[in-house]
Amino acid sequence: MTDPNEWTDAVAGTPEDRPVPTGEPTASDIAGYVPHAPDPEALLEVDDVTLRFGGVVALDAVSFSLRRGEIFGLIGPNGAGKTTCFNAMTGVYRPTIGEIRFRGQVITGKKKHQITHMGIARTFQNIRLFPEMTAIENVMVGADAHHKTSVLGALFRVPRFWREERDGHRKALELLDFVGIGGRGNVVARNLAYGEQRRLEIARALATNPTLLCLDEPAAGFNPIEKDKLLDLIRRIRDIGVTILLIEHDMRLVMNVCERIVVLEFGKKIAEGVPAEVRENPRVINAYLGVPADAA
Amino acid sequence: MREFFQTIGRSLSHARDWYHAQPWWGRLIVVAVVLVGAVFLPYLGSVPGIGPQIITQGTDWYTALFHMSYYVLLALGLNVVVGYAGLLDLGYVGFFAVGTYAIALLTSPDSELNANWRWLAALPVAIMASVVSGVLFGWPTLRLRGDYLAIVTLGFAEIIRTFADSTTLLRGDRGFSSVPHPPGTKGNGQPLFGDIDARPYYWLGLAVIVLVILAIRNLDRSRVGRSWLAIREDEEAAEIMGVRTVKFKLWAFAIGAFVGGLAGALFAGENGFVNSSTFVLQFSILILAAVVMGGAGNIPGAILGGILISYIPDRLTGIQVFGIDAAQYKFLLFGILIVVIMIFRPQGLIPSRRRAAELRDREKEAAPQ
Repeated sequence: MTDPNEWTDAVAGTPEDRPVPTGEPTASDIAGYVPHAPDPEALLEVDDVTLRFGGVVALDAVSFSLRRGEIFGLIGPNGAGKTTCFNAMTGVYRPTIGEIRFRGQVITGKKKHQITHMGIARTFQNIRLFPEMTAIENVMVGADAHHKTSVLGALFRVPRFWREERDGHRKALELLDFVGIGGRGNVVARNLAYGEQRRLEIARALATNPTLLCLDEPAAGFNPIEKDKLLDLIRRIRDIGVTILLIEHDMRLVMNVCERIVVLEFGKKIAEGVPAEVRENPRVINAYLGVPADAA
Repeated sequence: MREFFQTIGRSLSHARDWYHAQPWWGRLIVVAVVLVGAVFLPYLGSVPGIGPQIITQGTDWYTALFHMSYYVLLALGLNVVVGYAGLLDLGYVGFFAVGTYAIALLTSPDSELNANWRWLAALPVAIMASVVSGVLFGWPTLRLRGDYLAIVTLGFAEIIRTFADSTTLLRGDRGFSSVPHPPGTKGNGQPLFGDIDARPYYWLGLAVIVLVILAIRNLDRSRVGRSWLAIREDEEAAEIMGVRTVKFKLWAFAIGAFVGGLAGALFAGENGFVNSSTFVLQFSILILAAVVMGGAGNIPGAILGGILISYIPDRLTGIQVFGIDAAQYKFLLFGILIVVIMIFRPQGLIPSRRRAAELRDREKEAAPQ
């Protein structure tokens, strides 16, 4: 299998079976890696990140940085390492070499829930809602990330419990409205339509009050009308002050909505820039877009 | 057979839905009626006609009721661990054992500690010992998932039992006798909790059950319950949504241990004698069977399961089948019962309300065709 990301994606639902990054950094790796000085302008910096699974190099010295308030695209052919990159950012994998900084703080090695508390939220390529919980409950789990009611507080129904419960519920209703599935709050997540589930994932992620929202192929399986609506939703999310990192296959959508794009291929960054530049880049055309349609 | 179980299941689900459709005072009345009914359960035998059929023959009915009360407690406690948080615990009897032995060590004249405390004084210590054992045991092991955790919990219970069997401190088979009863005096100067009449123990158990239900219900309908469910559904997604999974799993374990230790203390206080033969592996399996049969993840299901696993063997005691006491067949019977229930009603007799809502929605989707 030449495609490192293919099998890591395929088993992403069952953490026990998933390969653990085992590639030990070699002496030359460590000697070769010098963290760059944090860029005060950047919200998120991926600095020379390499991630190996045994002999397979899923990410190879990838670097890019996001500025606050932009919509940033991460694209590449299947198995290029996009989702692996997300997993490294959200604490699912720990990079073999390199570091990731968020608002100037190093987040590599931090726990998943700590990274969430710092303000990074994500959705999943293969939808991972809590299927037996209602839409409202799903979003409230996200909102609970910033709640402080203790077990004893819940047991004895202290005032804070009522306050947070009320706030969480209201926030859930607002967010469901915001993503366009208001009125479906009491439906068990499993019974929502596919598009509604994708939207619910976004609402749940937004409930954690993120500064950065990572969307992993949010338009997968959408028809053109749904994609337009999603485009609109992504812009509205940016407008409320959330920076967006988008993995997407649909080039029209990416070119339309993203302000800057990084292109990965086989774990390496092959291009970076505004959509117009990336579209014209011959390496990208070769590696990712293939032969242009008008040449065929 | 299929019809039979589905009819039972459906009527139980209907009863639950009807209950949830009532206004708050309607639900309060239902709860009050059920509670009063439970309080007067010891007098069921006096009801003409059906009463004598229902009450146990071979076992004293009052004692059988007390058995039900601590089995229900254990099912409620294990339900938090297995049903809500989704942690398969095959060694739940371990916590019951810790509670029981803590009482025995502190109160029995046979104990090497020579503490000779009163039951009530030992009760909080027993519960704390159980919770502490739960946390100490959970801390390193809760990083494991699914089957791995199940095996480790199995080991935990066996370690406790083997320890009890082989150390002089815990006296193995010989056990502790003369464990004191709970305090209290009747109007005529006799102790309230005596050796013969088991009714006070049942009522005490019932009161404890009510408190435990209130507590678990409050936790379930809060951030804590949501976190447990999220962990059960998708642990990694839960953590990425900011749930501190280790902390909440540990809490589930601690609460399960609390209830288990409490049940153990009640058991020791009624039985008066404690030895290692009670805490066998089958005991854990039995409680797990109660949770699974009743319907994991909801309180009425756990109660029903706890009643079933305690009532059925007690009811069968004294009935001869092929020259053997029918109660001896209890594991065979439960084995068959679980298989049958899992075939015909895999969600348990009373599924959790969420799951029921989901099944209803599916019916609705199917309806237009």
